[in-house]
Amino acid sequence: MKEFINGFHKAFESRIRLGIMSALAVNDILDFISLKEYLDVTDGNLATHIKALEKEGFIGVKKSFIGKKPNTTYSMTKAGKKTFEDHLKALEKLIKSQK
Amino acid sequence: MKEEKDAIREIAEIRSMMERSSKFLSLSGWAGIMAGLFALTGAFIAYKYLHFQSLDPANLSQVIYLAIAVLLLSFFSATYFSMRKAAKRGEKLWNNITRQLLMHMAVPLIAGGLLTLILVSKGFIELAAPFTLMFYGIALYNAGKYTIDEVKFMGLIQIILGLVSAIYVQYGLFFWAIGFGLLHIIYGVYMHFRYEQ
Repeated sequence: MKEFINGFHKAFESRIRLGIMSALAVNDILDFISLKEYLDVTDGNLATHIKALEKEGFIGVKKSFIGKKPNTTYSMTKAGKKTFEDHLKALEKLIKSQK
Repeated sequence: MKEEKDAIREIAEIRSMMERSSKFLSLSGWAGIMAGLFALTGAFIAYKYLHFQSLDPANLSQVIYLAIAVLLLSFFSATYFSMRKAAKRGEKLWNNITRQLLMHMAVPLIAGGLLTLILVSKGFIELAAPFTLMFYGIALYNAGKYTIDEVKFMGLIQIILGLVSAIYVQYGLFFWAIGFGLLHIIYGVYMHFRYEQ
């Protein structure tokens, strides 16, 4: 299966996945609760999208504890950053080409 | 195949998510207007009824109580208007960004507040206006990273006002009224028309 169509990565076709990447582009790390609040989605839905991005190698997951409570934080990997930037460039190019 | 309008909408969504996840956008223009009105009223009472002069501190303890009252009233009205705005936007007021914003404001504010109290207690009353303006300006500049850019700009103006009022210490109350009164009102009106229409 083709991963890119004119520079658009198929992983970013979902608005939620694109939203996760956008939030992580401007925040070094974010926890699950913050992401959930920004995106306004259910736990299960968010977890599925996070897992997909993790599998692509676009986001990193870090599990730790605050006291006894488990706390999972997410950050963007180098590969994720590059692909996200390429996606933005492709969007820009598309708009320019149709002007 | 993506079309131009899809691409534009997608960019708008990315931008909105970036802003929402990194900036505090619930500060209402009304908070600025109210804080400015409280400060102007306080400065007027200090000048007219308590006969406060920066170099001749009559009724100093009453003036300090008055300043604390102005501070508390401004803080509570800012909280109230922010809660109202956050509710209108369908967002929670208390989140990671609010925490960061408050922390970045609190450190210079508490440091400057304590320093001012120490100076006043040692008799350097004329330094109260320049120091409060200065540290408030630093706090705003510092917090500017977590909210709209205008806050950073207002911080710079407060810092400049603080410096000028340190040169003309005899007009401390006047500069204080400009910085905490007039500037807040101008900022609040600007915010209201720019972002809340």
